[in-house]
Amino acid sequence: MTVIERLPTSTRGRWFTAAAGAGLWVLAYWVNGWLWDRVLYDVLGMNPDDRLTETIHFFVYDTIKITLLLTGIIFVITVLRSYMSIERTRALLGGKREGVGNVMAAGLGVITPFCSCSAVPAFIGFVAAGVPIGVTLSFLIASPLVNEIAIGMLFTLFGWQVTAVYIGAGLSIAIVAGWVLGKMGVEKWVEPFVFETKLGGQVIDSSAGLTFDQRIQMGVEEVGTILRKIWPYLLVGIGLGAVIHGWVPEDFFTTYAGADNAFGVLVAVGIGIPLYSNAAGIMPMVQALYEKGLPMGTLLAFMMAVVALSLPEMILLRRVLKPQLLAAFVAVVGTGIVVVGYSFNFILAT
Amino acid sequence: MIIKVLGPGCTNCKNLERVTREAVDTLGLDASIEKVEDYAVIMGYGVMSTPALVIDEKVVVSGRVPRPPEMLELLTPATT
Repeated sequence: MTVIERLPTSTRGRWFTAAAGAGLWVLAYWVNGWLWDRVLYDVLGMNPDDRLTETIHFFVYDTIKITLLLTGIIFVITVLRSYMSIERTRALLGGKREGVGNVMAAGLGVITPFCSCSAVPAFIGFVAAGVPIGVTLSFLIASPLVNEIAIGMLFTLFGWQVTAVYIGAGLSIAIVAGWVLGKMGVEKWVEPFVFETKLGGQVIDSSAGLTFDQRIQMGVEEVGTILRKIWPYLLVGIGLGAVIHGWVPEDFFTTYAGADNAFGVLVAVGIGIPLYSNAAGIMPMVQALYEKGLPMGTLLAFMMAVVALSLPEMILLRRVLKPQLLAAFVAVVGTGIVVVGYSFNFILAT
Repeated sequence: MIIKVLGPGCTNCKNLERVTREAVDTLGLDASIEKVEDYAVIMGYGVMSTPALVIDEKVVVSGRVPRPPEMLELLTPATT
């Protein structure tokens, strides 16, 4: 039986269910911190100032909090994004020139539901519709870089200013990097089969004709799918965050990677590129590192490097891009992230 | 009936194949289920969002995995 079939059929019943669900979510989120204070300090009699206690508290509290955040964010975003599709984006981008096209592609990359496993058919479909390579690349950069889960979590953990900077910086990187790569005349570095493959017949719009129930059902399923996929990253991320929170001395990171250190952002990006995690898995670490005084620009650069450039994505893109273009892609995006990190640190410091 | 599951082999493609097989077994259909992983063939159906389901050369689902009840409905008209 699906979730939808269990819901009441009357409109009033549905509103009631939605309100009850939202209420439960808020209650759980609110009670989380209080509950662990009681359990750890009162029931188990642990000392709140003890390092081990702080580490355990961070871990259990953050695990529940981030799972709740993810559930809410993924559900809402999936339902909203079910009204958009890669086919619609393709139609919007078809025939657009470079420049305007890059800007549109980056924006659409953020709101279009897109699984990296569809990167190859999407690439071929865009090229077949006459979308320039550079514009297509803007889309493929923005899609993982400006991650909707990261937006939701940054907003709840750090507020709207940091979130706005993240979105602005991510879009700028996607626009500029796509434009630069397009100007380099990279068509010869795209695998020839991309140009030979034809998109047959009527293009199927995957979002058309869905009922509202189906969209809700998709939201529920997506929560399950993503949580099942990322929970190891999440637990490792929260575990590292907890250890940093409890055990790393206050001045450790500021000495080696503080705002004064000229190589801080470079090192963060260098560590971030080979690391593969999910935006959600990286967030507890970002939070713990921020508490320890690491500058936000360095942390944003680190997060972007982790989510935007990863080995699995490179392997997928390698099927459509020749090694030269793939290398240029990593170099241009990596440079963009470094520039963003330094600029943001500089702006914050002045 | 010829059923084709289009997709390069991601998790959802495997889920779609599983749901399809279960539905075919439930309905007791005489159908062949074929997996299509070649991008050129997938694109040939006008599909950009994988996984997709093709029944008798007609694309019925793209970019998602239908729930078992919906899958039964999708396969039922073909039996009559």
